[in-house]
Amino acid sequence: MKVSNGLWKEQLAGKMPEGLAREIDIFEAEINLRKLGKLEERVFAEKRLRRGVYGQRYDNGQRHDGAKVQEMPYPRRNLTKGPNTLWDAPGMQRIKIPGGGLNASQLETLAELAEEYSDGIAHITTRQDVQLHYVHIEDTPALMRRLAAAHITTREACGNSVRNVTTCPYAGVCPDEVFDVTPYCMALSKFLLGHPDTQNFGRKFKPAFSGCSQHACALANMHDLGLIAVTRTEDGKEARGFATFVGGGLGAVPYQAKLLEPFVPPEEVLPLSQAIARVYARLGEKKNRSRARIKFLIHDLGIEKFRELVLEERKQLEFDPRWKEYVADAESYHEEPLKPGRKLDRSGSEAFRRWLETNVRQQRQEGYAVATVTLPLGDITASQLRSLADVVRRFTKETVRTTVEQNFVIRWVSEDDLPELYEALEAAGLGAPGAGTIVDVVACPGTDTCKLGISSSRGLAAELRKQLIEKSYQMEEAVKNLHIKISGCFNSCGQHHVADLGFYGVSRKIGGYSLPHFQVVLGGEWANNADHYGLAVAAVPSRNIPEVVTRLTGFYAANRKNGEPFREFFRRIGKAEVKKLLEDLARPPADEAGRAAFKDWGDPRDYTLGDMGVGECAGEVISSTDFDLAAAERQLFEAQIAWEDGEVEGAAKTAYQSMLSAAKALVVTECPEAPDDPDQIVREFRSRFYDSQKFFDPYAGGKFAQYLFSAHQKAGASYTVDSARYLIDEARLFIDASHNYSTRTAAMTAR
Amino acid sequence: MEFQHVNVKVLLDHASAVDLEPLIPVFHNWIQSQSRDELLLDVADYRHVRAGPGVVLIGLEGNYSVDNAGNRLGVRYNRKAPLGGSNLDRLQQAARAALGACREFECDPRLSGQLRFDGRKVEISVNDRLLAPNRAETRDALEPDLSAFLQKLFARGEYSLAFNEDPRSLFSVAVESAKSYSAGSLLRNLASQT
Repeated sequence: MKVSNGLWKEQLAGKMPEGLAREIDIFEAEINLRKLGKLEERVFAEKRLRRGVYGQRYDNGQRHDGAKVQEMPYPRRNLTKGPNTLWDAPGMQRIKIPGGGLNASQLETLAELAEEYSDGIAHITTRQDVQLHYVHIEDTPALMRRLAAAHITTREACGNSVRNVTTCPYAGVCPDEVFDVTPYCMALSKFLLGHPDTQNFGRKFKPAFSGCSQHACALANMHDLGLIAVTRTEDGKEARGFATFVGGGLGAVPYQAKLLEPFVPPEEVLPLSQAIARVYARLGEKKNRSRARIKFLIHDLGIEKFRELVLEERKQLEFDPRWKEYVADAESYHEEPLKPGRKLDRSGSEAFRRWLETNVRQQRQEGYAVATVTLPLGDITASQLRSLADVVRRFTKETVRTTVEQNFVIRWVSEDDLPELYEALEAAGLGAPGAGTIVDVVACPGTDTCKLGISSSRGLAAELRKQLIEKSYQMEEAVKNLHIKISGCFNSCGQHHVADLGFYGVSRKIGGYSLPHFQVVLGGEWANNADHYGLAVAAVPSRNIPEVVTRLTGFYAANRKNGEPFREFFRRIGKAEVKKLLEDLARPPADEAGRAAFKDWGDPRDYTLGDMGVGECAGEVISSTDFDLAAAERQLFEAQIAWEDGEVEGAAKTAYQSMLSAAKALVVTECPEAPDDPDQIVREFRSRFYDSQKFFDPYAGGKFAQYLFSAHQKAGASYTVDSARYLIDEARLFIDASHNYSTRTAAMTAR
Repeated sequence: MEFQHVNVKVLLDHASAVDLEPLIPVFHNWIQSQSRDELLLDVADYRHVRAGPGVVLIGLEGNYSVDNAGNRLGVRYNRKAPLGGSNLDRLQQAARAALGACREFECDPRLSGQLRFDGRKVEISVNDRLLAPNRAETRDALEPDLSAFLQKLFARGEYSLAFNEDPRSLFSVAVESAKSYSAGSLLRNLASQT
């Protein structure tokens, strides 16, 4: 905690926008009230989350140190910043960057904050935010004041609020865009920030803008609100508008957004968004967090009913002059270059040419290019941020943006300057090639810092990146252009659903050992604004994932037909074939020593040492459970195959049966004579595992059990292609949760 | 002027091709045994970042790392929690922490003698721009304490100073001693009463 914290308010007086300064004063007062015990911990938790102040792994004061769970003797163990979250435990600060746009002095401010309050690293997220880790809560008001002086806010970066409004980082310079969506992104961000109609959501709400429908850059289809630029002819003139999508989202069960309106004129974007927010706030689920995203509301109501409600709400809205004011100058909005655009007429070194090939794309404005600064795992040092500030001042009018692929792009570079730009970046350690290729692996924080992490997504990403860079020079072009995305758990912060090769963390217990695994998710689509989601194929020990990548990419390179994209190849080959290909990798070593060596990437601790030495009695019961869970896995796989073959009803039925098998696997541990009747299995499961909360996930609560109850309730009902797909995903999560329960039980038995 | 949050980095005597991976289990063991006088919390692995913080042992009061900032590999101690006493006391505390870590690394068989120090190059910075902006007044204010500290550290031996001139940087100075010292002898120098 910094000695200077109390001095920044005076130091920055008059330099911060008044509204931001006042908000930070209020937050500081809330911190003090909490310290005095005058603010309830749950209330304070939501208050801080709405300021972007997140908890971090081990902030409950416990950490498994490789031998035992260690109590961390924080000085103020009775003071919390939320339920089960100790005051002195370091946390994460998320910083909102609307549209990813930054200028040089803002980069320098971020550098100072990373250095002084964090561990010297700023992390770019998959939603164009910046995150600082290991920050003490009492440093946050000073940190926020310094951001406010640079015109950056952390408000509503977390919590049940409108999150960062993202947009395509190439907006305004992309040759394929319909028009520049940047000013609309900024207008919506400003309009919804702190808006009274956005303060009462059951969960978060994520908007995104895209300048076209065919590229991936903004991933509009996986957002709560996705706005894609379109035009139409009105009175002989071209008029701007937005195809407006709602109810998309990744999370545990991914949903594709539905078209709300094919053409929304610019002056209607803000009021329509406000109407959507009001309907969501009024009708969205509040109690059950696992069903509280707008995607569930839209799914339950149907898009037609939702549209009707939104349009009715829109009619009722009182006129707000900002609807037009904020977009009034949008058509004349433009960025300016620092220098005249000149064509590149030099070839440069081999390293430069390699970088040029992957990291530079031409702008629609002749003579200019966009250069991508590839950040490994989205990380950049304080010193590199300052160097980047120097670079963008030297070559552009400070036109730099973050991307959802955890990189930076520098826009408006005169092509003739590219060799010097490359040299400057390379000198700062920022000249790595491979942007947007298979080596540019995206990963969420995972077990490194996230409380929800199950497996080490960053550890795996670092290893894959290292191995793939070594191989990249001999890679076929088709393999080189694949995308890998990794999440540490089912929550999809690493966007694994929209990658060619996606992975999310799960655990499996084998022979008394818990081992970190990843579900292999194949066939997601990154292009077309993330138009298709991948499907889980197999859970593989994390140590074997690099070989999974080698084998799958090799198989694809050898067997694809006529430039077939990976997604189509995967669909043609089928999951059964792929599963066969990975079968041996999915099996951990048979011997104890081999299994013990299967630690997580970058973490030498035994994954769950407490699982060792499970008593024979428990071992037998657990063995039986594992056996039954394996049956559930098989049924789920059959359901996936049926779905792939278009047998929607059969797929849904088998997926439901797989959930029943998993539920029964647990029920028999307490009630060996459990009947086969579905009603009785569900009844027994509910009373023994749900009502007692034994099955509850430490963070997701009873969410996964509710998937079973919901499927049971709908048994016999008809399913659509979409709803069968959701059921399969829910069955996958229920079975994973059953494995996790089994693992936790064994740990407790061992202790 | 009160200086808090002092950083001391002791540079390795030959930094090429050092593999930092074996450091990760070492730091995890430090947490397991809570072997320092501070609460040790977690390990952050930034080996993938060029000229970055390397591998960091996150603590509540301070961080330990083998970092490669500026492409200069060394053992850094970053004091985060406020400390009482004088500026000289705080300089000495940070130096003792960094040198103590150096000595442990030298002795740890898992590191196979990869981390070796000749005690010639040390970097000192103050990780707080408000308390210690990087300008001449700060240098003037710290000079007496810095001088007293370095006299003691190098047992009145000769050394040279190079201040970082970038006003955006932390107040920082690179110190180079004319003579080599082991981490142990530097620690003994700090402990001596003269």
